[in-house]
Amino acid sequence: MIFEYAPAPESRSVVSLRETYDLFIDGEFTPARSGDHLTVLNPADETELARVAVAGEADVDRAVTAARRAHETVWSRMSGAERGKYLFRIARIIQERSRELAVLESMDNGKPVKETRDVDLPLVAAHFFYYAGWADKLAHAGFGPDPKPLGVAAQVIPWNFPLLMLAWKIAPALATGNTVVLKPAETTPLTALVFAQICQEADLPPGVVNILTGAGETGRALVGHPGTDKVAFTGSTEVGRQIARAVAGTDKRLTLELGGKGANIVYDDAALDQAVEGVVSGIFFNQGHVCCAGSRLLVQESVADEFLPRLKERIAKLRLGDPLDKNTDIGAINSAAQLERVRELTATADEENVERWSPACELPEHGYWFAPTVLTGVSQAHRVAREEIFGPVLSVLTFRTPEEAVAKANNTPYGLSAGVWTEKGSRMLWTAERLRAGVIWSNTFNKFDPTSPFGGYKESGYGREGGRHGLEAYLG
Amino acid sequence: MPVPHTAFEPEARTNHALRAYLHGLPGVDEVGARARAQDLSTRSIKTTAKANAIDLAISMVDLTTLEGADTPGKVRSLCAKAALPDPTDRTVPRVGAVCVYPDMVATAVGALQGTGIGVASVATAFPSGRAPMEVKLADTRRAVADGASEIDMVIDRGAFLSGDYRKVFDEIVAVKEACGDAHLKVILETGELVTYDNVRRASHLAIQAGGDFIKTSTGKVSPAATLPVTLVMLEAVRDHHAATGRHVGVKPAGGIRTTKDAIRNLVLVNETAGPDWLTPDLFRIGASSLLNDLLMQRTRLSTGTYPGPDYYTQD
Repeated sequence: MIFEYAPAPESRSVVSLRETYDLFIDGEFTPARSGDHLTVLNPADETELARVAVAGEADVDRAVTAARRAHETVWSRMSGAERGKYLFRIARIIQERSRELAVLESMDNGKPVKETRDVDLPLVAAHFFYYAGWADKLAHAGFGPDPKPLGVAAQVIPWNFPLLMLAWKIAPALATGNTVVLKPAETTPLTALVFAQICQEADLPPGVVNILTGAGETGRALVGHPGTDKVAFTGSTEVGRQIARAVAGTDKRLTLELGGKGANIVYDDAALDQAVEGVVSGIFFNQGHVCCAGSRLLVQESVADEFLPRLKERIAKLRLGDPLDKNTDIGAINSAAQLERVRELTATADEENVERWSPACELPEHGYWFAPTVLTGVSQAHRVAREEIFGPVLSVLTFRTPEEAVAKANNTPYGLSAGVWTEKGSRMLWTAERLRAGVIWSNTFNKFDPTSPFGGYKESGYGREGGRHGLEAYLG
Repeated sequence: MPVPHTAFEPEARTNHALRAYLHGLPGVDEVGARARAQDLSTRSIKTTAKANAIDLAISMVDLTTLEGADTPGKVRSLCAKAALPDPTDRTVPRVGAVCVYPDMVATAVGALQGTGIGVASVATAFPSGRAPMEVKLADTRRAVADGASEIDMVIDRGAFLSGDYRKVFDEIVAVKEACGDAHLKVILETGELVTYDNVRRASHLAIQAGGDFIKTSTGKVSPAATLPVTLVMLEAVRDHHAATGRHVGVKPAGGIRTTKDAIRNLVLVNETAGPDWLTPDLFRIGASSLLNDLLMQRTRLSTGTYPGPDYYTQD
């Protein structure tokens, strides 16, 4: 080839990893009572990155107690303007350390550094800046003249956007005067632990933020602890159901951000080149590890024969490989377990005679990898049209009329996101009005902003994060 | 996209038919086109890839002087520069062509004799295109007669914007005929067409009328060659090739001054039209100051240091 891009790896030297990490409780790093650790791998090559402590019930109790004390003695008594200062300080430190955090996030998660650098980290800082601004304006947020914090929030976040999901949870909670105990995902705890260091650097009062690492048991202990006032969870619908059961009958408030099977509707009058881009970013952004991914393409039958070759040609240009290479578009699947799930669900398509296509693309020998995949000839009855794959797999369906597009888009137990591609404003509005989804993008996809509320219908969860709406989840 | 497989037959060239065809092309979403161009401009081209890209870019430069103050002396020194861009390094490839006004063609042809470098001439009442048709054709014929191997014509933007696509089409056809064997580059002056929908339509109109190249700008109107505009034009030649098998070239011109700008353009070509277009036969960059920056970066890559601008000839 005339113009082969040479490797352009981002340097790892900006990251200094410790061999082991303890829990962050009451402003200090402290060992887990059990002394247990789990190993964190780089999913791109399966090398060991660090060992992190596994928090047990006793540790959860310590953290909740610390958070309660911090809430009652310091944080809820502090003026909003003062709380805002801490949040602004944290936001600035995140910006200053954004390169380090972007590289670490890429190593821990497997996502391309291009995305952590250009999407994750700017959004993380923006989220803290945004909610820092709200801290002294809560009386004007539309929740009464003197809205009160709930108290201690238990927060459990997923592995797909580790630091961004932390920001979505912690920033509004702190701005409104709550204190938090947060559990990052077992496969991606490292940026949360650096965030704990940032809290120290910002002189955040001890106990306002507590970070407990661990796996499902730790999460269960945290969610089940009677000493919290609020549970916030982002993750799978299955675990969301368990949490809803655990919280039922208590006084705790609950918000859930769960799965999705978003439809990207492409009408025949769409700006086709940009629709191709939107469909590609809709499903291949972050390897499809996105709850609001546009995992179902609904393309109007009259334009399908023209659209699909363009789409495939574009997908063939995606660069898969080393997540730290600045030219990589598709990184690694986050874990062996997730890779297995993607493989298993995609295999059902083969059994159901769905046509499966992937570009010629060499997968690295080590690590967890899955080639971008397009499934055509999918109908509503197929499992790949109904279940969330959470991987780089696009199911393509066709429709004939706007009514059929809306019916198919809504015919899912989920309702998190949808996309509408048309050059006709009236058709866009007609469609958006009828879609049952929390977020609808028009002529774009997977765009996020801290000012915009985010959340789902139906089995995609309840409650909203982001924007003014995001304050409500943490105010009494 | 309803791209016909052959150029419009004379009887199908009604304004009505052209309008139906051009307005039937898929729209361009402005935000999306900008986002795609921005995304591609973050590609990191380093080491060997950068060295290859620099040489490729040098070979694609249409080294240009289009000033009222141009003199035979100025044109001759530009030609000397084109033939030997870096007197201290004979491995530097030669540029794509030298681009001058029609009255300077004979001077340039004389100066470039034996170098193998062709002369491109702007014509058709460049840059505004506001002249009677016979003047535009005479302009073209004279440049070709004086030895220009490439003609860079301007379209009648007024006719395009008033919806008289037939007039634009017929002019291109007539100029193409006047070119004889010379290659025809059609300048759309995208800064005056303003919308990306217009850029797409003008691109297809020029392609259908027989242009060998479509070119963004005269360099006299701002904005000139922006990345999203070049992206939309590359999509047009890609789609035309997919429909007919015919390759049409693209030439961004104006505002491309640095190696970084040039490499961003090459990335755009590579990932939009594809590697087929990474040749001076199908992609040119209209520029003047760009060449020295390419040479400086070339020296920097091979020696590790910047010699400083004084070590490069002004023209």
